Amino acid sequence: MFNLAYLVVVFPIAAFMLIVLFLNRSHRASAWTAIAGIFGALVVAYGILLEALPHGEELLKHPFFAKFDWFPAGQSFFTMGWMLDPLAVVMLAMVTTTCLMIFIYSVGYMRHAHLDAHGHAHQTDDPRYSRFFAYISLFATGMLGLVISSNLLELFVFWEIMGLCSYLLIGFWSVRLPDEHHIDDAQVVRATDASKKAFLTTRIGDVIFFIGMIWLYVRVGTLDFDKIFTPESLKFIMTDVTAFGVPSAGIIALLILGGTIGKSAQFPLHVWLPDAMEGPTPVSALIHAATMVAAGVFLIARMFPLFATTTAAPAMGAVAIVGAFTALFAATIGLAQDDIKRVLAYSTISQLGYMVAALGIAAYAAGTFHLITHAFFKALLFLSAGSVIHGIGTNDMMQMGGLRKKMGITTIVFLIGAAALMGLPPFAGFWSKDEILATALERVMQGDWLSLFVYLCGTLAAFFTALYTGRQIFLTFFGAPRDEHAHEHVHESPAVMWAPLAILALFATFIGFIGSPMFGAPFQVFVAEEKPEFNFIAAGISVGVAVAGLGLAWVLYGMRPLKAGERDPLSRWLGPAWKVLRNKYYVDEIYAATIVRLTVLIATLCAAFDKWIVDGTVNVVGKLSALFGRLNRWLDETFVDGFVNQVGLFTDEVSGGLRAIQTGKVQNYLLFGLTGAALFAFVFFIR
Amino acid sequence: MIPWLTLIALSPLMGAFALLLFPKGKDGLVKNFSIVWSLVPFVLGTVVWLALFDPNVPKMQFEETVTWIPSINVRYHVGVDGLSIPFVWLTGLLTTLGLFYSKFTIKERVREFFFMFLLLETGMIGVFISLDFFLFYVFWELGLVPMYFLIAIWGHAEDRPQYAAIKFFLYTLVGSVFMLLSIIAMYIATSTATSPGTFDILELATKRPFGNDITFASLAFWGIFLAFAIKVPLFPFHTWLPDAHTAAPTAGSVILAGILLKLGTYGFIRILLPIFPQVFQANANLIAFLAMTAIVYGALVAMSQTDFKRLIAYSSVNHMGYVILGVCAAAAAGATLTDKSIALNGAVLQMFTHGVITGALFFIVGMLYERTHTRDLKAFGGLGAKIPVYGAFLVIASFASLGLPGLAGFVSEFLVFRGAFANLTLFSTISVLGIVFTAAMFLWKVIQNVLLGELKEKWLSLKDLNPYEIVTLVPLVLLMIGIGVFPGIVLNTINTLTVALVSALKF
Repeated sequence: MFNLAYLVVVFPIAAFMLIVLFLNRSHRASAWTAIAGIFGALVVAYGILLEALPHGEELLKHPFFAKFDWFPAGQSFFTMGWMLDPLAVVMLAMVTTTCLMIFIYSVGYMRHAHLDAHGHAHQTDDPRYSRFFAYISLFATGMLGLVISSNLLELFVFWEIMGLCSYLLIGFWSVRLPDEHHIDDAQVVRATDASKKAFLTTRIGDVIFFIGMIWLYVRVGTLDFDKIFTPESLKFIMTDVTAFGVPSAGIIALLILGGTIGKSAQFPLHVWLPDAMEGPTPVSALIHAATMVAAGVFLIARMFPLFATTTAAPAMGAVAIVGAFTALFAATIGLAQDDIKRVLAYSTISQLGYMVAALGIAAYAAGTFHLITHAFFKALLFLSAGSVIHGIGTNDMMQMGGLRKKMGITTIVFLIGAAALMGLPPFAGFWSKDEILATALERVMQGDWLSLFVYLCGTLAAFFTALYTGRQIFLTFFGAPRDEHAHEHVHESPAVMWAPLAILALFATFIGFIGSPMFGAPFQVFVAEEKPEFNFIAAGISVGVAVAGLGLAWVLYGMRPLKAGERDPLSRWLGPAWKVLRNKYYVDEIYAATIVRLTVLIATLCAAFDKWIVDGTVNVVGKLSALFGRLNRWLDETFVDGFVNQVGLFTDEVSGGLRAIQTGKVQNYLLFGLTGAALFAFVFFIR
Repeated sequence: MIPWLTLIALSPLMGAFALLLFPKGKDGLVKNFSIVWSLVPFVLGTVVWLALFDPNVPKMQFEETVTWIPSINVRYHVGVDGLSIPFVWLTGLLTTLGLFYSKFTIKERVREFFFMFLLLETGMIGVFISLDFFLFYVFWELGLVPMYFLIAIWGHAEDRPQYAAIKFFLYTLVGSVFMLLSIIAMYIATSTATSPGTFDILELATKRPFGNDITFASLAFWGIFLAFAIKVPLFPFHTWLPDAHTAAPTAGSVILAGILLKLGTYGFIRILLPIFPQVFQANANLIAFLAMTAIVYGALVAMSQTDFKRLIAYSSVNHMGYVILGVCAAAAAGATLTDKSIALNGAVLQMFTHGVITGALFFIVGMLYERTHTRDLKAFGGLGAKIPVYGAFLVIASFASLGLPGLAGFVSEFLVFRGAFANLTLFSTISVLGIVFTAAMFLWKVIQNVLLGELKEKWLSLKDLNPYEIVTLVPLVLLMIGIGVFPGIVLNTINTLTVALVSALKF
């Protein structure tokens, strides 16, 4: 089965090509082709998983590689291929599972309800329904290819393909014909801006990663994972020193971290992710759970041997600090958002922060474990939020309330996802988040100050996570409807949407047990040969803060439900801080006022410089030459007049003759030109 | 033995003169004849490259040598290697596509247009196959004349075609004059009392015309450099390009961007690098600085353009900068053989991919102009919903141009940076900014302004691409994807030669 691993890429890309080239007229055929493609990948992925499970230790030491020549690079060949190590194997299973659920769900989600001229409700497919399934197939291709890439350049290729897909999908509603009613013009503008922002922000991270990759290639001479991570290469890169005595390993790791910061939306490049909500909800689920953002964390996990070298310690420190800070930073913003998807977006940034921080304190197994569990419960949360939006027709939690009565299934699955996110036992998130915090606490005991920072940020963020998730639950599903009119039309989503939710809910409930120390932590054993102990103190504290956060949410929003038009109780509590949080610490505004404006200004200056100075010089030189010619003529006419008069007669005759050959026919001119050139050459060289 | 190269180079010229025999008023016949005739060099080029050319031999192949002017040792010496054959082929492809597209868009002075176009093809192919500097110069100048007329006569009246054409012509000519002086200087330097000098490019590369006289060698170097730098165009000699592009008819712009600019970089690699390695090395930092400026500055200036075609023209300045950066890396001091050959691979591949991508982009701009009669980026908006097929082509070409992996432009940029980073660390690091700016420019100025947002009232009746337009673009898009996924299809040809070329450089 390992030999067939490339099929996980082939199936979805084949689906993409089939839809684009042949099936784009048929909505059903497109959807089912996409689903068939990802299902094919899923079968292969689980086949690989089953085959790999008994040989975890072997696969960890000697990952499976299959390579072939890609293109010549000097005297050697650059290869392409696939690699399977325990991490790739579990990632494949996770990505294909969540993607399949998201794809099936999209069949229902991409049908929009609207009212016709007679006021009757209708359901029609999105006008670009087929295109949607083509894009998400390509998106899955990108992620699956990235996971099995056998070298860093190949990984980068798939990484960027995902960047393209995120651009296309976030901006899915950035075009609209006048007769399309499922979106409005404001949505079009928001989608346009969001997609652009996503691509360009991540692109900044990408070029930093790109430099790191080039640097690595220059120093080590290869980008193949099997060659970079040999003890000899690692030893070389560890001792290798670049200019100013900076160790190569540290600087390369830092640059690669830049890629993660962009892709996994870590501070300060996190700004694109909340805006990415402008895409259709299944896209949000794809980006936030299975693909895009997971790729950034996966990158560090993949390059972990490099990060773990001793001279890369400063880079590891940066990883831990960025992750821990982001976890807390984003969690606080999540408190003050009213858009149901935006709250989830900030929770994603925050949870990714946990993963990054975990890797930063060398808790490899814990970080990757959280990556897996988070994918399931976040996909679940997004899709159930999508189900809510599909039912009520708005993202604004202030217009919701009391939805549990009309959307029973959605409420239950959302609660399961929320419990997992808050880290309540026994749901998935509890086990993984707890292990991160437990590991951090362990390191603190060993006297590691960095881990203390991670632990404190993580614990505090866990409190806020429970608080904003609780707020979200109470505002959305409990209390009385705050918008009666919208509430009237609310309906539970069709089976094609809630069935995937139910499956994801099962995963969100039980997937955590694969990494539970109570059951021997098979996950950690498989990916890293680690066997964590259950730390009752750490678990007690994190459950304690989660319950405290949830309790506070109940006091603020549950005990006395918010009425329509009423002020958010948290805003009264927080005062001016609320405004700062609501405006996301003004990071967007700061960027707009500095980087964006500066770039535009420099570009404008460059254009002016080009027009007036560079081109101006050319024109002045041209004009001066012409002037010089005219001056000559004037000298001629004034002082050599007599002579000219003599010659004039002759000239007149000649010009009469010349006029005959001025036929206005271009080919004649050319013939003369060529003859002239030949004659000139002849005379010049023969004499 | 079949003189393949002579057939390829001179067949368009024969076709052009055959057009003169056509009776007046048979425009349809002229068009069809030209298109079919242009298949001759294209098919021959395909046969030579794919079937006959041996990519594993790092030597000139299909060489033909005929004495031309014996007294001064000028020979008709042609041949191709891995550096030239891809461009002979690309010239054939773009000419055929250009003529095919012009069949539907050129309505005035048809015969003259097709005549000029075929003549131009001979000039361009001639440059790529010439191994005698004299011959090279003749073909170099030959390409200038028809392009001048294409811009001046078939240019858009509102874009000052006369000014643009004469600017293009004179600017290039100034460079040519200095090149001519350098050629003569080299000839004199290689001549001895008993034997005449040489114009042979291969011989000059082994002979070192000026020995160790760096001063003289530098003079000759800069003379030729100027001619090529103007053609590329390298900052600060680039301002003729946006004017020429905006004024030129669509097919003219395609050829200008796709092939004519490559003549300059081709000269860098074929002539400057092998004949003057020492001088090149001594000035590698300076030239790399200009390349870096072209990359970053070109992208920034492109970003502030409001005219669709000017924007693409400036993006060419940016992209050709990568080529020069790669060539500098191949000449840089301290570079290993691997660095040099990878950098040069990147430079040559970038020439090829830029020809494909920017050629396509100019077609795409032209197709929109045909429909809307404007190139003002602010005038569009929302076209993506109205003309989705057009939108798809524009998006693919834009992403290829901004260097998205999986499409052609990325591989060449990666190779250039990989080769340049080791020894031109600072310049290449700053140049990476160009990648970000190019992305911003395409997303923000091109795709957003043209395709996204609200559809304007006046474009409600816009029609999507015709079959002939799709036929024009499909081969180029296939190349973008093909090279992006399997760069080997072109790199296998290039690599053997670049390795041999950089190994032969003696500093």
